Amino acid sequence: VRREDCCQHLDSRQDLFELTHSAGQSPFGAEFRRFSLERSKPGKFEEFYGLLQHVHKIPNVDVLVGYADIHGDLLPINNDDNYHKAVSTANPLLRIFIQKKEEADYSAFGTDTLIKKKNVLTNVLRPDNHRKKPHIVISLPQDFRPVSSIIDVDILPETHRRVRLYKYGTEKPLGFYIRDGASVRVTPHGLEKVPGIFISRLVPGGLAQSTGLLAVNDEVLEVNGIEVSGKSLDQVTDMMIANSRNLIITVRPANQRNNVVRNSRTSGSSGQSTDTSLPSCAPPPEPSLEPGEDDSDDDEDIVIEDSGEPRQIPRAAPSAESLQSLTQVELSFESGQNGFIPANEVSLPPVASGAGTEFETRAPDQKLLEEDGTVITL
Amino acid sequence: MMKFRFRRQGADPQREKLKQELFAFHKTVEHGFPNQPSALAFDPELRIMAIGTRSGAVKIYGAPGVEFTGLHRDAATVTQMHFLPGQGRVLTLLDDDSLHLWEIVHHDGCAHLEEAIHFQAPSRPGFDGASGLPSLAHITVVLLVAAGDMAALGTEGGSIFFLDVPTLTLLEGQTLGPDEVLRSVPDDYRCGKALGPVESLQGHLRDPTKILIGYSRGLLVIWNQAARCAERIFLGNQQLESVCWERSGHTVVSSHSDGSYAIWAADTGDSPTAQPTVATTPYGPFPCKAINKVLWRSCASGEHFVIFSGGMPRASYGDRHCVSVLQAETLVTLDFTSRVIDFFTVHSTRPEDEFDEPQALAVLLEEELVVLDLQTPGWPAVPAPYLAPLHSSAITCSAHVANVPAKLWARIVSAGEQQSPQPASGASSWPITGGRNLAQEPSQRGLLLTGHEDGTVRFWDASGVALRPLYKLCTAGLFQTDCEHADSLAQAAEDDWPPFRKVGCFDPYSDDPRLGVQKVALCKYTAQMVVAGTAGQVLVLELSDTPAEQTVGVASLDLLQDREGFTWKGHERLSPRLGPLPWPAGFQPRALVQCLPPAAVTAVTLHAEWGLVAFGTSHGFGLFDYLRRSPVLARCTLHPSDSLAMEGPLSRVKSLKKSLRQSFRRIRKSRASGKKRTVAGSKLQEANAQLAEQAGPQDVEVTPVQRRIEPRSADDSLSGVVRCLYFADTFLRDAAHHGPTMWAGTNSGSVFAYALEVPAAVAGGEKRPERAVEAVLGKEVQLMHRAPVVAIAVLDGRGRPLPEPYEASRDLAQAPDMQGGHAVLIASEEQFKVFTLPKVSAKTKFKLTAHEGCRVRKVALATFASVACEDYTETCLACLTNLGDVHVFSVPGLRPQVHYACIRKEDISGIASCVFTRHGQGFYLISPSEFERFSLSARNITEPLCSLDVRWPRGATHIRHPRAT
Repeated sequence: VRREDCCQHLDSRQDLFELTHSAGQSPFGAEFRRFSLERSKPGKFEEFYGLLQHVHKIPNVDVLVGYADIHGDLLPINNDDNYHKAVSTANPLLRIFIQKKEEADYSAFGTDTLIKKKNVLTNVLRPDNHRKKPHIVISLPQDFRPVSSIIDVDILPETHRRVRLYKYGTEKPLGFYIRDGASVRVTPHGLEKVPGIFISRLVPGGLAQSTGLLAVNDEVLEVNGIEVSGKSLDQVTDMMIANSRNLIITVRPANQRNNVVRNSRTSGSSGQSTDTSLPSCAPPPEPSLEPGEDDSDDDEDIVIEDSGEPRQIPRAAPSAESLQSLTQVELSFESGQNGFIPANEVSLPPVASGAGTEFETRAPDQKLLEEDGTVITL
Repeated sequence: MMKFRFRRQGADPQREKLKQELFAFHKTVEHGFPNQPSALAFDPELRIMAIGTRSGAVKIYGAPGVEFTGLHRDAATVTQMHFLPGQGRVLTLLDDDSLHLWEIVHHDGCAHLEEAIHFQAPSRPGFDGASGLPSLAHITVVLLVAAGDMAALGTEGGSIFFLDVPTLTLLEGQTLGPDEVLRSVPDDYRCGKALGPVESLQGHLRDPTKILIGYSRGLLVIWNQAARCAERIFLGNQQLESVCWERSGHTVVSSHSDGSYAIWAADTGDSPTAQPTVATTPYGPFPCKAINKVLWRSCASGEHFVIFSGGMPRASYGDRHCVSVLQAETLVTLDFTSRVIDFFTVHSTRPEDEFDEPQALAVLLEEELVVLDLQTPGWPAVPAPYLAPLHSSAITCSAHVANVPAKLWARIVSAGEQQSPQPASGASSWPITGGRNLAQEPSQRGLLLTGHEDGTVRFWDASGVALRPLYKLCTAGLFQTDCEHADSLAQAAEDDWPPFRKVGCFDPYSDDPRLGVQKVALCKYTAQMVVAGTAGQVLVLELSDTPAEQTVGVASLDLLQDREGFTWKGHERLSPRLGPLPWPAGFQPRALVQCLPPAAVTAVTLHAEWGLVAFGTSHGFGLFDYLRRSPVLARCTLHPSDSLAMEGPLSRVKSLKKSLRQSFRRIRKSRASGKKRTVAGSKLQEANAQLAEQAGPQDVEVTPVQRRIEPRSADDSLSGVVRCLYFADTFLRDAAHHGPTMWAGTNSGSVFAYALEVPAAVAGGEKRPERAVEAVLGKEVQLMHRAPVVAIAVLDGRGRPLPEPYEASRDLAQAPDMQGGHAVLIASEEQFKVFTLPKVSAKTKFKLTAHEGCRVRKVALATFASVACEDYTETCLACLTNLGDVHVFSVPGLRPQVHYACIRKEDISGIASCVFTRHGQGFYLISPSEFERFSLSARNITEPLCSLDVRWPRGATHIRHPRAT
């Protein structure tokens, strides 16, 4: 997978977009391309196929082409008829998916395949999106919702782990407890016992336990980028609860045998898990955790006007910002989430890929931060 | 990483300079009565008084506004204090046997109290070096001799040591051991018994070489230190408590543990004297308690005063705290509500005067200071201009009103004077008048209102250093309570002997806990106020200069509305007295609104211009039009699954009976602990304590405290508690029309905003037309983080908070900008947020808890004036956190400006009691009886500025020893 694939090329002047998803050698390597076509003269399928191969620089790879129809279903494009039909449904975007033929999951095509995703594009295509019971299929990675991730592997000491927990709604508790304790530190005066905060209990079935990234007796070092040393148990509790919708905890695991060890032989900053010998991808050198990032979070308050329908309180955005640019923001955010790994596959190399998309999501966030005015990000 | 965020903001040097000109933190003065006083002293030359406390504080008071405070480094009890007369120096003895010399020194024209030197008595001599040398352990009494140059220290072992005061060094070779004294005593008195601890040391007014020594066993000795011999010996056999040497030196009075006192003639008869001239047990013949202290004061009329504490008949009145004043045939038993610590008389101390002629008696009690005028017949009490017992009933809430108009001030003062007629000026003025108050006349009048457990609201003059009581509003008279007439019955049942006289105002026992005042709001322009209490009573009052008899209209408002399935399990509502009731001049009730269920009122606000009062409880909030006496709105805020809200606070804690029982137990306990001092048993106790410690498990494995990490959910209990209410004239429905609005915030992060339809007053007319007020729900905001909303304020187009009611319409404040976009500041326990109006969208925010791990307890908008430029002011948000820190944020930018550690985080009641003023000051309770005043403003500081004319003896140089660290 080429690193530059993660960048998006957006051009607001184009009237027809195509979003391409390509399943590469990594199960999570996704590439996105946007380009325009003349809606009135779509041309032939073979030309389009060639264009796709050209755009993705995969001239000799056989691929399956599909598109999302107005019902949100993934339908194939393999002849002129369904190609023309697909172009005619673009409203104004047409979302195209391509997969390598040898890896193709044919069951992906059909009814309801895309509905599970809360995808902005799906909503654009089909605003009256109503849920039907999906039949069970092994979903594409973007069908998963991230619940946790290890981040900043490249900038943290190997003995530390920075874990991000995603709390959606209230159906699953965060499910952990913290306590006071003592940890041993190396200081100029030798070894010293200093007070610390530790995870004391994991609730069975809770989010913290299900991730497998946190364990009893792990020492909590930071909460959302703020060191906890010198803070009381109650302070740390309040900080965690205040950040509970986007909680990033840096811990020193009690069990140090599962640490991610960075292998300096591969490249400057590539990562490798000690648990697996799979080759890994080089993470981007930038730290992904920005303290200001939590400000772009979720916690939008709800306002009910004149006892009408509830709505989310929007950020006071500059009026110049168009609807389209908002769509872009949401698009890129979505892709960021899609890039995250499911919790039980942590030890796999795409850790880095997660970090990569993290990097990507930051750009629009920063824009929001500047509008917000409260904070200046580094 | 996060740290840089703040640093970057602070990098602007101009802003930093401005911040220094605007903000500074000082704890300036402690108002009220010192907590747990333990020692008292008076300097008759400078006419200043010192009070020491169990926590090691030293407070010196003179004329109103003259105050000095010092704190010993060790928080040990101050057991004795002695002024070096006229020198502005005071010697203190702590219960760790250390002596400290404090001085009032002048810096920059203002006087301050500082510790000069201290002396630690050498601990018990080593066993090897014992050699019979007496030990200086356990100093029992201190006497200053020779104008304060030397101090005599009496000890538990019966020895007397001498100390050079200016240097606090022991004078070797002058020590007087009990053996030396015993040599002058007849053999049959000696009979192998020790003299016991030195109980009393008294000096002679005219002859500094003579010292009167009283030993615990009863022996009294007049010792001539120059000749080192006993001049006279009185062979008392009753255990001695205290001794007083009459000014002429002819008479000695001793008081004893059996409740008797004896008078000995010191100038005639043989020495040793075996029998006193008079011995009497004033409250006999049944066994009496000890007379702890006795004073003898002579008068020109020949009718001397005998003043003593204690001595009450053990069985019938052993639990009373009494001081008896006896002059000729007149005996008054002053009956106090708290323990007597010490007392002194203000009298002539000039050696050339023949008589004492006492003017006043000052009695320091555990909870208050009472001064009696001894020159006016009847010995009336003199109202104290400071040291007010704030806690005469426990403080339940407080509020500060700044910039009180002169007219209202005068009316409140006059109402207060009618309540407690001031005695005729002249003889009975406050006797403690030392020093000069140099502070400027306060630029504005500040009123501190305290609500109390017994249903009273007290008005205090908080403009200056001395917190002066102005007026007391009592709401209990409006209600029928269970415990009525209990006092008068008890009074009538008492015999007329002893001749008790109740003195003092400390009365902590509330008749009915439901009377407790929870919230107070005062409109300073209309003199209307609202007082809301524990049983859901909301009382609207108005100041009237004349007494009146009137019926109070009662309205009930059901805050549950039609919610089903809730049954109130708490206390019942208070039943109001019906029919016309007489009301004295002062605040008189206009309307009473009863919230149902009768839960404690948690928020209240008043808009006198619109004639509206809003109030909230744990169940919902209501709006009441008190001009038309009709409810406007009731809204339930309860969550369907909230069960805790239906239990009253009292049902779970205790019944009234139980609380009474507990208070009696408390009294007994305080009495038990108030034993003068542990005498011989102390060593045994120490040893026992050590044994107990060793016997206990050395290190018990304490199960670690753990905290659950879970976001708040919608159905947490008590989520419906209304935390704040606010009225504003702003844009709620559209950007073109502004109008009256009401805002309510709850414990679960909900904010309700109502548009009000208030009939406009006709131009020039005060009265509102008789049309109903209407309220329409305009907005409902649910903060996603669900933290309790602690404050709401609307900012005008320039980002300034809207003025108070009437300020704009009467040109008393700068009119708000009604053109630009308004914004609403919502402060929750975790975040501050500014939203635009009328379209509610987030503009700025600061997530305090997420960044700092602390939670907001109190917030207030305050105006800070610059020290550099009088006209430059900034409005900022002051915030007190659960860690006791005060943070200041800019408004509306919500950028952190400064923060200071203010209150210890363990001091929960201190944090809960904090109240901010409009100009960057604040108050919080440091004890049940004391407010600490602090200022965040660099310009607006109220602190004692005073001077004292001290006289250094013989040009003594000011010795300052380097302090040991």
